Amino acid sequence: MEEQVKHNGEQKRTPNEVVVDIEHISKSFGDNEVLKDISLKVKRGENVVVLGKSGQGKSVTIQCIVGLLNPDEGVVKVFGDVVADMGDKQLKALRTKVGFLFQSGALYDSMTVRENLEFPLTRVLKMKDKAEIDQRVEEVLEGVGLLDAIDKMPSDLSGGMRKRVGLARTMIVKPEIMLYDEPTTGLDPITSREISELILNMQKKYKTSSIIITHDMECAKITGDRVVIMNDGEYIAEGSFDELQSSDDELVRSFFNETT
Amino acid sequence: MAEQALTGYKKWMEGVGEQGVFFSRFFRNIFTGGFEWSEFVRQCYEIGYKSFMLVGLTSFIMGLVLILQLRPSMVDMGAESMLPKTLAVSFIREMGPVITAIICAGKIASSIGAELGSMKVTEQIDAMEVSGANPMQYLVVTRILATTIMVPILALMGDVIGLFGGFLALNFTDDISFSLYFHKCISSLEFIDFLPALVKTMFFGFAIGFVGCYKGFHSDKGTESVGLAANSAVVTASLWIFVIDAFAVQVTSILFYR
Ligand SMILES: Nc1ncnc2c1ncn2[C@@H]1O[C@H](COP(=O)(O)OP(=O)(O)O)[C@@H](O)[C@H]1O
Ligand SMILES: [Mg+2]
Repeated sequence: MEEQVKHNGEQKRTPNEVVVDIEHISKSFGDNEVLKDISLKVKRGENVVVLGKSGQGKSVTIQCIVGLLNPDEGVVKVFGDVVADMGDKQLKALRTKVGFLFQSGALYDSMTVRENLEFPLTRVLKMKDKAEIDQRVEEVLEGVGLLDAIDKMPSDLSGGMRKRVGLARTMIVKPEIMLYDEPTTGLDPITSREISELILNMQKKYKTSSIIITHDMECAKITGDRVVIMNDGEYIAEGSFDELQSSDDELVRSFFNETT
Repeated sequence: MAEQALTGYKKWMEGVGEQGVFFSRFFRNIFTGGFEWSEFVRQCYEIGYKSFMLVGLTSFIMGLVLILQLRPSMVDMGAESMLPKTLAVSFIREMGPVITAIICAGKIASSIGAELGSMKVTEQIDAMEVSGANPMQYLVVTRILATTIMVPILALMGDVIGLFGGFLALNFTDDISFSLYFHKCISSLEFIDFLPALVKTMFFGFAIGFVGCYKGFHSDKGTESVGLAANSAVVTASLWIFVIDAFAVQVTSILFYR
C-alpha cells in the first residue's frame, strides 16, 4: 500500500495525462496476423470503448497492456514506461495498478466469494489486518450489490453475479486503469444495463481510466466517452458515440444498425 | 515423411525446452518468500485423503497374492520359512513404491492436470497472473512439494499394509504369529533397503506433481484440452515413474551392492 501511495504522489496528475499509450503495435500467431497496426491513447479518467466483431484481436490488444502477451512490433507504454521492457518486479507493480476484468469473470472456483476477494488483498497488497480486510471486502461487495452472496461458491452464482463479483475482485485493489473484456456479453438486457451503469459508477467513484471492449451498443453508449472501431487488425474510426452513429462510412454505420 | 518427422522432432524439443523453463520457474519460486503454507497443507491433505484407500487396498491385495503365488515354489525348494523375508524385500524395494506411484499417477497427476487445465481454460490462471499475484507460487509450488512429500508417506503406508496382507495369506495355510512374522520381515531388512526406496519415491512424487502441473498450466484454451491435459498427465507421469525406477536400480546397485 505504502509503495502505491508514494508512487501516485510522484505522478504528475495533469488532466490530459496519457496513461495508456499504444504505438503502432502488430502481433501474429504463426501465420495468423491478428493485429496489423494499432495505436490508441487513453487519458486519465477517460472511458474508451473498443467496438469490433469477434476474433479481431481486441482481447489480444488489452493483453499486451498488462504484459500477458508482447507485441511483435511497436510499443505499449503505461504511465510512460514500456511494458515489454519491464522486469518481474516492475511488471508486478504495474499489474496492481491495472485491473483486468475477464470475459468469464474468471473467479477462482475452489474459493468462496469472500476468499476470492481476499486473495488480491492478502497476496498482492500483503494486507494482514483481518478487520481491515473484512471491511474492504464488504464495502466493495456492497458496491456491486452482492453482500448476500459473500459465503457462496462461484458455482452457485448466475452469470451476471459472477461478472459482478469479478468486477468487485478487480476493483478491490483500487486500480487506476481498468480493462474490461466484454463485460456484458452473454447477459440479459437488464443485467447488461446494470453492469454498464456499475462501470460508469466505478469511473466516477474511483476516477479510473478504462478500456471497454464490447459488442453491446447500449453498453458503449452508457459507458463510453470515446469510441473506436476495430476491423481487420486496424482501427478504422474514432469519435463520440453520436458522431460515429451518424458517420458517412457504411462499415462504421453497420455496427450501429446491427443491433437497432 | 522426413519433413513430418522433422516437425515432430522440433515440437518435441520445444516441449523439452518449455519443461526446462517451467522447472526453473518452479525452483526459483520455492525460495522467493511468501510460501503458501495453508494451501500446501490443504494439498497434502487432499492427496493423502484421495489416494489412501486405493493405495491401501491395492497393496493389501498385492501382498496377499504374492504370498499365495510364491508359496508353492518356495515349499518345493524347502524355503518356506523364507517367505516373509522374500515378501518384505520385494515390497519395500520395489512393489510398494511402484504400486503407490502408479496409483498416484492415475489419481493425482490426472486431477492436478484437470484442475489446473480448467483453471487455464476459464482464465483463472491469467486472472491471478494479471492481478499481480503469483500463480506459480500459489498453484504449482504447493502442489509439487505436496506430492513430493506425500507419495513417500503413502508408499510407506502401502508397504505396511502389503506386509499385513502377506501375513493373512500365510495364515491361510500355516500358523504364524503376528509378532514372529513382523520380526522376520523387519530383521531381513537393512538400511539400504529403505533409503533408496525413500529417495526413489520422492522422485516419483516429484514427477507426478511436476507433470500434472506442467500439463495443466500449458493446456490450450479449448474445453477439450482439459481432458487432454488430464490424460497426458497420467500417461507421461506413469512413463516417468518406470524410467526413474530403471535409473534408480542402476544407481542403487552401483552405490550399495558392489
Ligand atoms: N494466446 C494465443 N495464441 C494463439 N492465438 C491466439 C492467442 N490469443 C488469441 N489468438 C488468436 O487471435 C485472434 C484474435 O483473438 P481475440 O483477441 O481473442 O479476438 P477478440 O477480438 O474476439 O477478442 C483469434 O484468431 C485467436 O485465435
Ligand atoms: Mg475477446
